[in-house]
Amino acid sequence: MSVHLKQDQPDNRNVLDTMVQGVIGAALPRPEGLMKVTGTASYAAEYDAEGLLEGVLVTVPIVCGEITMIDEASVLGMPGVVAVLSDERMTGRPAQGMAGEAPFQPAREVRYWGQPVALVVATTFEQARDAAKHLKLQWRVEDAPLDPKTAETEENESTRVGDLAHAMADAAHTVDVVITTEGHASAAMEPHAALAQWDGKALTVHASLQMLKFNRAELADSLNLDESQVRLLSPYVGGGFGSKLGVSQEVVAASLAAIQLGRPVRVVMSRQQVFQTIMRRSETHQRIRLAADAEGKLTGFGHEAQVSNLPGEDFAEPVLQSSQFLYAGDNRLLKLDLARIHRMTAGSVRAPGEAVGVQTVEQAMDMLAEKIGIDPVELRLRNIPEKHPAKDKPFSSRKLAECLRKGAKAFGWEPRPRTPRHTREGEWWIGTGMASAARVHSVVEAKARVILRPDATAVVETDMTDIGTGSYAILGQVAGEMLGLRPDDIDVRLGDTDLPPGSGSGGSFGAASCGSAVFLACDGLRKELAKRLDIASEDLTLKDGVARWDGGEKALNEILGSEVIDCVGHFEPGASTEDVTVSSYGAFFAEVAVNRWTGETRVRRMTGAFGIGRVLNARTARSQCLGGMTWCIGNALTESLHFDPVDGHLANCDLAEYHVPVHRDVPDLEVLLIEERDAAASPIQAKGVGELGLCGGAGAIANAIYDACGARVLSYPMTPDKVMAAMPKV
Amino acid sequence: MAISINGQEYPLPEDPRTSLLDFLRREARLTGTKKGCDHGQCGACTVMVGGLRINSCLSLAITHEGDEITTIEGLGSLTSPGAMQEAFVAHDGFQCGYCTPGQICSATAMLQEIAAGWPSDATQDLTATPSLTDEEIRERMSGNLCRCGAYPNIVAAIRDVAGAEA
Repeated sequence: MSVHLKQDQPDNRNVLDTMVQGVIGAALPRPEGLMKVTGTASYAAEYDAEGLLEGVLVTVPIVCGEITMIDEASVLGMPGVVAVLSDERMTGRPAQGMAGEAPFQPAREVRYWGQPVALVVATTFEQARDAAKHLKLQWRVEDAPLDPKTAETEENESTRVGDLAHAMADAAHTVDVVITTEGHASAAMEPHAALAQWDGKALTVHASLQMLKFNRAELADSLNLDESQVRLLSPYVGGGFGSKLGVSQEVVAASLAAIQLGRPVRVVMSRQQVFQTIMRRSETHQRIRLAADAEGKLTGFGHEAQVSNLPGEDFAEPVLQSSQFLYAGDNRLLKLDLARIHRMTAGSVRAPGEAVGVQTVEQAMDMLAEKIGIDPVELRLRNIPEKHPAKDKPFSSRKLAECLRKGAKAFGWEPRPRTPRHTREGEWWIGTGMASAARVHSVVEAKARVILRPDATAVVETDMTDIGTGSYAILGQVAGEMLGLRPDDIDVRLGDTDLPPGSGSGGSFGAASCGSAVFLACDGLRKELAKRLDIASEDLTLKDGVARWDGGEKALNEILGSEVIDCVGHFEPGASTEDVTVSSYGAFFAEVAVNRWTGETRVRRMTGAFGIGRVLNARTARSQCLGGMTWCIGNALTESLHFDPVDGHLANCDLAEYHVPVHRDVPDLEVLLIEERDAAASPIQAKGVGELGLCGGAGAIANAIYDACGARVLSYPMTPDKVMAAMPKV
Repeated sequence: MAISINGQEYPLPEDPRTSLLDFLRREARLTGTKKGCDHGQCGACTVMVGGLRINSCLSLAITHEGDEITTIEGLGSLTSPGAMQEAFVAHDGFQCGYCTPGQICSATAMLQEIAAGWPSDATQDLTATPSLTDEEIRERMSGNLCRCGAYPNIVAAIRDVAGAEA
């Protein structure tokens, strides 16, 4: 049995709300929680296999050139060394998200500092690590541009409506500001790892990947195998944040070694290799222009950005994504340029685009509110457009105004024009700031199978991953609500390409896409049950394993006997998300303390209010928002990739030098989830939540720094040196 | 030459380069202890040696002859989880779960350190007994990174366990 839906129309039926099990949206604990806290959940590197060999990747200290010689003899005599691989099929870069084809090959053509070019395989990890350090290589070096400021650029995207320059000249109030952000790393806690086994015909790989159906295609293409010969397993993934969207170098290398040697091979990247060879978020150089009338209504909106990537890579950090529609302004200029430089591949890091593109607009809006002399919240409220400002498209459900108002109330925001340096506690200036949040919504084709058993238990199967997002929890809750089962009685099986292909985890689309596939499968099962009862499925109520209808009730085993039934749900996005502008929205409020002598900033409290459509699990949704807001703190204050301007290497390639927020950097964070159903977003009226919490909040912190001490810092991260330099002298 | 892990004796490895972390994960097959950085920068490999927490990646296995190691597997199991493990589940003190065993081992040992009166950077009066404030918990847990950003929930879980013990 199967049910297919291409969603061309908004679904206002809110079917999940008509069910009675009462588990959808509930703040239930994660079903896999006990496994994670007892250390019994196994991640990619933690499997064992008979005769397992260990591989260590060899990287090169040049930016651009070609490997001309790999002296295998230099290490083959070392203890335990089994082989040196430098196969033509080795990949030099990870695949971009949803590429579905091999990334850059061959690895011997070097395009960034630290690119892996060979794999040393030995009996033990210690032997392989030692030999990898001793492998002798020769190379030819080519000159390559390193500096995004001076590199050649290509226009990637532009929108021109009206005449922005004219609007700026005529406006009562204007802001014209340049703000920069530095590169970011995903820095998921689990390093990239793969354990590959080849049985002579088929390849099985335990890997740490986010999007298995795409990764399977990427790996098969890299190896010249048929997809049917490749099975990927990622039931537990130790964080992704974009870094595991595409198949990475260690997966291909371990697979090649396993095929060549006929033995299982494990390859785990070192933390340094993860930083050096996996995706970075591009640095950005952004110019924002705002033109407003005397009442603060925007008449012009300009956002131009320059980002970078390697030659040949299509991805350009989509900085302008939400700027297209977040605020009004009839005269618009939005332009994205891509500079070609030789740093490691730029790709998706949590919330690509908005994670650096919203906070800068929100700083500019704060500056505009100050010039006009109105409350920054009021300025946002006055500029929520009626329809997409550049296209003739209405909005679907949009909770921006409600998030602004409810967030302000919860935070205790004082609605007034802002004047800095109003409060000091000892050596600390105290201030508050706010920002809007926006993140475009998308859904992706997904399939899931639901198996219903007569004993009132069920199984949900899809190759979808749970990267900490809560997939195990929410997919069970969707099925439980639809089938009238307790989530404890539903076994959710994920992360295996033998199961129906889901969407994968990325772009905040996993829950809405795979949740819809599960919803459709359950809809099919409900219809089957109704058919057997000779009633309409709308008249069927399912709760706690019992079917009820007007005039009767039967337990599932009475309906099914001993039969097990199953249905595959197949969800495809259609016109419902094309004809309208669909996005998640929110608002951030932050209070900071800035040290008057050192410029150190501490975030003291933060509130986020978010409209994400239907909440599928209030606990895991809140945790996603907490995570996003924590990233805001790192984004605002500490996170920055530093590249050596002379030799191009990444200078801070570990967790001691790349500063992610630690416990003491993060206060208690308040999260408000605003009640919403977005009929256009998905058949379950849900939108994305994984990234929204990161989209704009660093701007709230930046604005709070200004409100505290008067330092308008125009460069992220706002480290003490930059805050001191921008602080008024008096 | 033996090492005791969760009350069970294991022979020490022959290769002196083997870190305590790799020994636990590979030879002892106790994969609950995680490798996040291998450089003592993330805390995912935190275990207790004689009741004190260390980064097991920074220590060679052969230096632990006769030592008693406690790992996450020693703090509870699926059928009999420890109080800190249950509190982490109750407060959603994790997302991906990779830093979690280290957080739990670290938190368990950290509460002992406060009970023993060890001061920290967050302690206002170095001569007084440190009190169990959120700031003390955050300071003392700052060696355990969580990229998913579960920090507020982790602090809530620790606060719960500490409150129950006090």
